[in-house]
Amino acid sequence: MVDSSVVLNGQTIAYTIYAVVVILFMLAIGYMLTREGKAGVLKTSLFSALVVFLIILGVSLHIATNVTIPWVKIDLDRHNLTADKVVNIKVANHEFKLPEETITAKVGDLVLFDVVSYDLTYGFGIFRKDNTMVAQMQVVPGHRNDLLWKFEKPGEYTIRSTEYSGPSGHQMIIKNAIVITK
Amino acid sequence: MSFKNTLLNGTEGIFKPDGLTPMQKLTLRFVVVGVLFYGLTAIEGMMMRMLQVDVHSIPGIDAAHYFAIMTAHPLVGIIGSSYSIVFGAFLFLVPFLMKKPLFSIKMGNWTFLLVTFGTLTFWGSAFITHYAPLYTLYWPLPADFSQFSPVGGAFFVLGIALVMVGTILFVINIFKTITYVPEGEKREASGRSMLASATGFSWAESIFRKKSKRREHLVSLPVAAIARGTVDTLLNAGIITFTGVLILVYMVAEIFGTSLKDTAIDALLYKNWFWWGLDLIADGLVLIFVAGTWYLLATLITGKKLYMANIARLALWVELVVSWTVWSHHLMSDQAQPGILKLVSGEFVTAFELITQGLAFFITIITLWSARPLKMTNPLKFLLGGLLGFGLAVPAGIIQADLGLNRILHNTQWIIGPHVHVAILVGLTMTLYSAIYFLLPILTNGAKLYSQKLANIHFWLHIVGGIGMGAFMGMAGMKGMLRRTLYYEGEYNTFMILAAFAGALLLVAFFIFLFNIVMTVGIKGLLGIFMPAKNKTKDLLPAQE
Repeated sequence: MVDSSVVLNGQTIAYTIYAVVVILFMLAIGYMLTREGKAGVLKTSLFSALVVFLIILGVSLHIATNVTIPWVKIDLDRHNLTADKVVNIKVANHEFKLPEETITAKVGDLVLFDVVSYDLTYGFGIFRKDNTMVAQMQVVPGHRNDLLWKFEKPGEYTIRSTEYSGPSGHQMIIKNAIVITK
Repeated sequence: MSFKNTLLNGTEGIFKPDGLTPMQKLTLRFVVVGVLFYGLTAIEGMMMRMLQVDVHSIPGIDAAHYFAIMTAHPLVGIIGSSYSIVFGAFLFLVPFLMKKPLFSIKMGNWTFLLVTFGTLTFWGSAFITHYAPLYTLYWPLPADFSQFSPVGGAFFVLGIALVMVGTILFVINIFKTITYVPEGEKREASGRSMLASATGFSWAESIFRKKSKRREHLVSLPVAAIARGTVDTLLNAGIITFTGVLILVYMVAEIFGTSLKDTAIDALLYKNWFWWGLDLIADGLVLIFVAGTWYLLATLITGKKLYMANIARLALWVELVVSWTVWSHHLMSDQAQPGILKLVSGEFVTAFELITQGLAFFITIITLWSARPLKMTNPLKFLLGGLLGFGLAVPAGIIQADLGLNRILHNTQWIIGPHVHVAILVGLTMTLYSAIYFLLPILTNGAKLYSQKLANIHFWLHIVGGIGMGAFMGMAGMKGMLRRTLYYEGEYNTFMILAAFAGALLLVAFFIFLFNIVMTVGIKGLLGIFMPAKNKTKDLLPAQE
C-alpha cells in the first residue's frame, strides 16, 4: 500500500498548479476585460462542452482516488477482512486508555484500531515523528469506531485526538504510542 | 474641505441622512452593523492567528478563552456580518427588482434589531462565560456541564434564538414581498404562482410538458436566486432553533439541579441532523445567494442580458436540491456512517457543486466578456475577486469530500484554510464588497467615495491577505496541523507566522475600507443612519425633484 505521505505530496503539487493557473486566468480576464477587442459570447456548443467537462471532472476525481488510493478499498471492505492485530482503545474523560504501553506491529500488517468513547465525541489520529498525519477517524460515543490500517514504513507513531472535545481535551496526545518494525 | 470637516460631514458634505427614505436607512443600518461585525470577526481572527504562533502571545488569554473565541468567531462572521449585509441588501433588492415597496419595513427593522442584539448576546456569553462547544456542537459537548456553565450556555442559545426569529421574519418579508400586490394595483398572477416560479417548483413541474406549453417565469433571475436561497435560510433556521431548544432543555434542567441523561440522544444521528441543517448555509444559501449576486452584478455592470439565463436558473434549482443532499461529506471519517451515504451524498452529490458553481463562474465571466471593454470599477474589481475566491475554494472542498483524501485531511488546517476561509473571505466577502460599492451611491443619494486610491489598496491587501492566509493554513494542514487545537512547541511556526502576516493584511484592509467609508459619509452621516427617517414614504428611493 502506498504511504499516505505520498498522496499528500501529490495533492499539494496538483492543487498548487491548479491554484496558480486559476489566479493567472483571472488576472488575464481582468486585464482583457478592460481592453478593446471582440466582445462576443461563447458558442452554445462550446458552452455545452464546458458543462460536460465539469461533470466529468467532478465525478472522475472520486473514481480516480477510489481506484488509486488503496486504503479506500480496505476501509469499505473492512468488515470482510481479517486483521493481523486488533487494538482495543478506550476513551473517557479526555484520556486515551491503550491496551498496552506501546502498541507494536510489523510493516504490512493489517492493524484494526477499535476505539470506544464513553462520554464525548473525540478523534483518533495517527501521526509521524514530523507531525504529518498518517490517518484519522472520528470517535463517536455509542457507536463502533474501527479503523483498519496497513503501515508502510517502520517507525514510532503518535496518537492524538483529532476532534475538539472541549478545552480539557486539546492536549490528548500519546507520543510514540505505536511502534512499527520491519 | 479640511480633514476634520470631511470626517464630520463626509466628502464634500454630499451625504445627507435626513434625505434618506426609511428603506435606505434600513438597508444602510444592516450594512453598517454587518461591516462592524466583520471587523470584530477580523480582530478575533487575528488574535487566534497570534495564538497559533505563540500560545502565550496575548496576556490573559488561556485555552478556555481561545476556544470561546473560536466558537464565537465563525458565528459572528456568518450570522452577525454576512447575514446582516445579505439581509439588508436583499430586503432592498427584491422590491427594487420587482418595482414595488417592501412588504413591511417594520418587520425589516425587527429583523435588524433581532440579528444585531442576538449576535451581541451569544458573543457576550462566549466572551464572559467561555461557553465553547464550537459551532459544530457535537453531542453531548454542548451539554457537558463539567466543562461549561449551563447559565452561559443558556444565554448563548438565547442569542442564537433571537437571530433565528429575526431570520424567520426576513424569510416572511421576502416571500410576502414577492407575492403581495400593492394597494391600488391589479393582481396579474396568484401569489402561489409567483412563489412557485420564484422557488423553481413550477419550472420543475412543467419540465415534462411540451416546450410550447411550458410556463413563463414570473420573476426575474436574481429574485429567483434570492427566493431559492431563502428556502434554505428558512430550513436552516428551523433546524438551528430545534437544536437550540433541545440543548436548552438540558441547560434549564441542570440549572434547576437535575442532570438529564445525555445518552438519550444518539450522537451520530444528531451529527447527521445538525450537519444537514448547517450545510443548508455552507452548501446552500451561500452558494445560491452568491451566484444570484454575481448574475445581478454582471448584468448591472454590463447593461447586457445574462448569458445562458435559463441554464443559470436551472443551476440555481439544482444547487437547491444539492444543498439538501450533501451533508454526508462532513461524516466521511465517521466509521459508523453507512458507506453508501458517504459515497452518494458525501462524494458524488457534493461533486455537483463543482458543476453548479462552475457554471455560475463561467456564465458571469462570459456575460462580462460580452460587454468589453469595461472600466475597472470597484464593483467589477471586487466581483472578479469574488469569482476567484470560489474558483479556488470550491475545488479545495471537492478534494476533501473524498473517501481517500478525507482520511488524511479531515479536521486539518486544509479544510479551514484553502476551503472555508478562501470561500468566505475572498469568495463571499469580495462579492459583498462588490455589492456594497455598487449600492453605495444608490443608498446614499450620490455620496462621493472619499478616496479611490484607498479603495484600490483595500482590494489588493484583502485579496493577497485572504488567499495568502488560506494558502499558508493549507500548507500547514498538509503537514498534519489540526484545526481545532493549540500547539505549544512551535511545530508549525513557519506557516503560522506567514499566515499571521497575511491575516494582518486582511485586518489593515478592513480598517482602510472602514476609514474610506467613514470619510465618505462622515461621522454625523453615520450616526444619522440610525436616527428615525423624516421621510415616511414606502418608496425605496426619494422622489426625484
